[in-house]
Formats: sequence, structure tokens, C-alpha cells
Amino acid sequence: MPFEYRSDIAHADVAFDAWAPTLEELFREAARATMQVMVENPEQIRQAQTLALKLEQENEEMLLFDFLNELIFYKDARRLVLLPGEMSITPSDGGLTVRATLSGEEIDPTRHEMGIDVKAVTMLRYKVEQVAQRWQATVVLDV
Amino acid sequence: MNVPAALKRISDTIWELPVSYKEGMLVPARIVASEKLVNEMDAGVFEQVSNVATLPGIQRYAYCMPDGHWGYGFPIGGVAAMDPGSGVISPGGIGFDINCGMRLVLTNLTAEQVQPKLHQLVDRLFARIPTGVGCHGFVKLKQDDFRTVVQQGSRWCLKNGFATQDDLEMTEEGGCFPGADASHVSEKAVERGYNQLGTLGSGNHYCEIQVVRPENIMDRGLADAFGLTTVPNQVVIMFHCGSRGFGHQVATDYLKLFLSVMERKYHIKIVDRELACAPFRSPEGQAYFSAMKCAVNMAFANRQVILHRIREVFSDVFHAAPDELGLRMVYDVAHNTAKLEKHLVDGTRKELLVHRKGSTRAFGPGLPGLPECYRETGQPVIIGGSMETGSYLLAGMSTGGDAWYTTAHGSGRTMSRHEAKRSFRGDKLQREMEQRGIYVRTDSFGGLAEEAGAAYKNIDEVVETTEQAGLSKRVARLVPIGNIKG
Repeated sequence: MPFEYRSDIAHADVAFDAWAPTLEELFREAARATMQVMVENPEQIRQAQTLALKLEQENEEMLLFDFLNELIFYKDARRLVLLPGEMSITPSDGGLTVRATLSGEEIDPTRHEMGIDVKAVTMLRYKVEQVAQRWQATVVLDV
Repeated sequence: MNVPAALKRISDTIWELPVSYKEGMLVPARIVASEKLVNEMDAGVFEQVSNVATLPGIQRYAYCMPDGHWGYGFPIGGVAAMDPGSGVISPGGIGFDINCGMRLVLTNLTAEQVQPKLHQLVDRLFARIPTGVGCHGFVKLKQDDFRTVVQQGSRWCLKNGFATQDDLEMTEEGGCFPGADASHVSEKAVERGYNQLGTLGSGNHYCEIQVVRPENIMDRGLADAFGLTTVPNQVVIMFHCGSRGFGHQVATDYLKLFLSVMERKYHIKIVDRELACAPFRSPEGQAYFSAMKCAVNMAFANRQVILHRIREVFSDVFHAAPDELGLRMVYDVAHNTAKLEKHLVDGTRKELLVHRKGSTRAFGPGLPGLPECYRETGQPVIIGGSMETGSYLLAGMSTGGDAWYTTAHGSGRTMSRHEAKRSFRGDKLQREMEQRGIYVRTDSFGGLAEEAGAAYKNIDEVVETTEQAGLSKRVARLVPIGNIKG
């Protein structure tokens, strides 16, 4: 299982660990873990709309922080539930740049099993690191 | 049991971690709790409240209220007053959902009058008040108009026919926190929130129809003064929501800004990045304070337009004008804020920046800032319990000064959301609640399961503790009969 929700570091919020062999896959898993809090059957999200996303940050941690916040932003601003498709993370002048396509659709309660709103990514126990050829993250979402 | 060995009992309801407990603590950390509640506190409370005690400029004590539990930065239930000259402001001491709060509204209807129309009423509220993930509101605004809303709060609602003058008087700060300047708010925050005025949200946000049963009135005089005894088995409406995506974005924006300047520019070292902060008097600190006020005003306006909708629904269902149905506000309280208030410190009145995160201001009788009608009673304090167990109306007490006139805000979680979801099923819970006389509608059965009563502390014990600690006096227990949840 590439991500797992945790009960031991947050009660009112939602915590998860994610892990993957590459940084891109870690971002994908963290995105899925975040989206599944809001839409409990993310496999039902149709790819009706696609957006291009480009973000730059000084390190992996802040890049994932901004990346997950983009998903939360579109959910509120445009009622879009999105998951990443193509993605690349490359070194750049400012640190690291992620380029991704986000695909999804407007929230549809007739097909989407609605969970609860994610308000924000918190800094509580927040961690993105590479350990023994594996990327891993711990994220606590405010809900 | 998670209680640290260093925790000292100060009284039956006050427990203290001394400054020697953790390196960098500037003041002791105090937890307001009964022995049972303190023994049940999760480990996060002790860790986080002692972290708060390390923040520059903190006065007297870092506090945690009896409903306290694991949060981020501050524990939920956290309270800290900073010296505005030497101290900091921290978004982690306010929360992402800025001015998440509670509003209590009276009716002159009895439970017997409402019961035959309960399903119709709850269904109509559920249809008319947008709830759930990413919901958009019924007040359609342009982004520039939204900037006016966040600067004016409930005053905008009054000008636009969504409020009465009386509503504004019965809201903390009169429903408009002065000094809110939308130029300190990002485009992103506006874009995220301008469609969400008049939405409940999800998670622990709800709108509930409740009954004041005569046997649940604990202080008859205060219940009279707060309007709970107009008719026997009087029906009231309580709802809980905040500043929605707008407030969440303001908090995220400034958390990032503070992380980038805190050490580099201001040489402040903190023990947890969620406590990111800036000196209150710095340009960044002042900008956040102003942006936070915008989010506070958004939340006041949000609850105000929801009240307008509630009035419409009751009017439709009972074929009478809102005034005829006695749809008047008792009060509106904020949970997640920082405010400049004057408090007594070592015998002198001093201006302090009071952070409250998941805790409620509870001004005692006579304190400035209360509406005229509550000068003698103290401030009404609305404490929402779980959707299964009931809620309380309390009153601020004159003995609350030590904790900066602050009390609990809810019953407080004891079980993680993840665990609650594994333990309960939302659809089954809905049926069981209906058998017990509580009709609930929701967008999310998963979300409903997470809010099961058993996932929360015992509300009776929480409020009794606040009374014993001299923070808030019980007026009445309110029992739910209908609920809409996001």
C-alpha cells in the first residue's frame, strides 16, 4: 500500500504516511491520499478537464506542500476534484520545479462518495525525505 | 495514560507543567480539567501546550481548556496572551479555519409544534443551506464585492438585507472586526472564497434544531435573561461554521510567509513549524493581523447569511414572518481568533493579544464589549457537543480573569477520525439516531460516522469542569432533534 492513514498523531485532523520509489510517484500518492479524504471513491473521478500546473520551490518539502495546496484550492475555487497525470520534477534555479497535468471534474455527489473537506496542509510532523532509495512523506491535513 | 510525571495539581480543576518541564518555556502551562479529563488527555495536549509556553512575549500561562486535544501548533482548546510590544502573533494559535464559531438563535415555537414538521424543516434546511466538500454559496458576488464583504462582515449583510441591527449587536465585535484591510489578502484567497458566502462546509460543521427542556435548565434567572424560557420545551437553532476556503487560504499564505522570515529576519527559533510566528508589531505580523480580521469578518458574514436562510425556511414552513416566530439571536461566538483585549496583569490593566484556538471568549458580567442586555449576566457562551449528545448555553463568570476570560468550545474529540470511521457506519448511525428522536441529513455517511458521539468526550463533564474552574456557568442543556451536516 503506497499510503496509509494514521490514528496516532492527530485526532480531529487526518494524518497519512505515503511512500514511493521516486519523488514524482510520492507526489502522486500524497495527492491521492488527500483527494480520498474528500471523495472516498477517487476511482470514480472522470478525467473531464485537464489543467497544466507548474510550481517552483526551494526544496521537496515546500514543493509538495504547495502541490497539495493547489488541489485544495481548485476544490474550493472551482469545485474541481483533480488528480495528477503526467508529472516531472526537475532541478531549477530556485530549487525544484514540478510540472504536472491535473485531470478531473466538478464534484458530483450522485457519483462521488463525499467525504469531508480538506481545509489545509499543516506543518505538524510534516516531513518529506529520502531514506534508503525510497521517498516518504508524513502529512497532517486540517479538515 | 499520557500524563507527564511533572504535571502538578494546583486545584481540583487546574493542572500545571512547570517551566522546568521543557527547555525554552517562558511561563508554566496550565490545563483546565477534572482528574478524569486530565487522565484522558492525549499526549499531544501536553506536548503542544508546553510548546506554546515557549513563544516570545507570552504572559502568565499557556492554557488548555478541558475539551483540549491534539491540534497543530497550539492544541485545540489552547489560549495564549502575548504582550503586543515584545510578543508574537502565530497563525498556529488561531487555526486555519479563522473565526470558526457558533451562533444560537431563539424561536417561540415549542417542540410539540415543531415535531410534526421536523422532517420538512430539516429537509428544507438541507436543501437551502449548501453543505459538504467544496460547496458554493447562494450569495453570488463579484470578487471586488467579496473584498467589501471581508472588510465589513455583518455590516455588509445589514446593508444588503441579510441582517437586522439586532443581529449585529448580538455578535462578537458587532459582526465587524475593525481594521480588516483586503489589500493584505492574496488574490488566491479571494478566488478561493468568493463563491462560498453562505455555506456550512463539512467535518464538524452543522446546523442543529434543539429543544430546551424545563428539566435541563440549570440557572433559571440566566435562562430567562437569554430568552430560553419564552415557552416550555422551546425550540432553538444552533449552527457551527467558519470562514471557509478564504480563511484557510489566508492562514496558509501567512504560515508560509512567517516560516520564511521568522528565523532569517527576526531570529526567532521555535520548537514546531506549526508555531511559525512573527513579532506582532512587525510589518508581517500586522499584515497577518489585518488579513486575519478579513477572515473573521467573512465568517461573521457567512453565519449571518446562513441565519437569513434559516429565517426564510422557518417562515416558509410555519407560514409566518421571522419576527412572529421569534427568530432572534442569543449570540454569536468566535472560536479561532487573536484579539487585542485589556486584562489585569499584576494589578495593572494591560493590552494583550489573546490567541484563542478552539476556545471561546467568556467575558464575565460588567466587562466592556458586551451588549447592554448582557452587562449583568455575562456573555452567553455557546458550547456545541456531539450531534448525538447535546449542547450547552453557559455564561461568562467574573472569576475567569486568570484565563483571560476564556472557556471551552465543544466537547473535544477522544477518538481519531480514522478510528471513528472504522468503528461506526454512517448509514446505521443515521437510523439509530432517528430511532432516538434525532433526524439527521448529510452529504457524507463517512463524515457522519466520524462525528459519532462516542468519538467525543463527555460534554457534561467538560462544561461542569469549566464551571468549577470559574470560567463559565451552565445555563441550560440543549437537546438535538434535527441536524444537517456537511
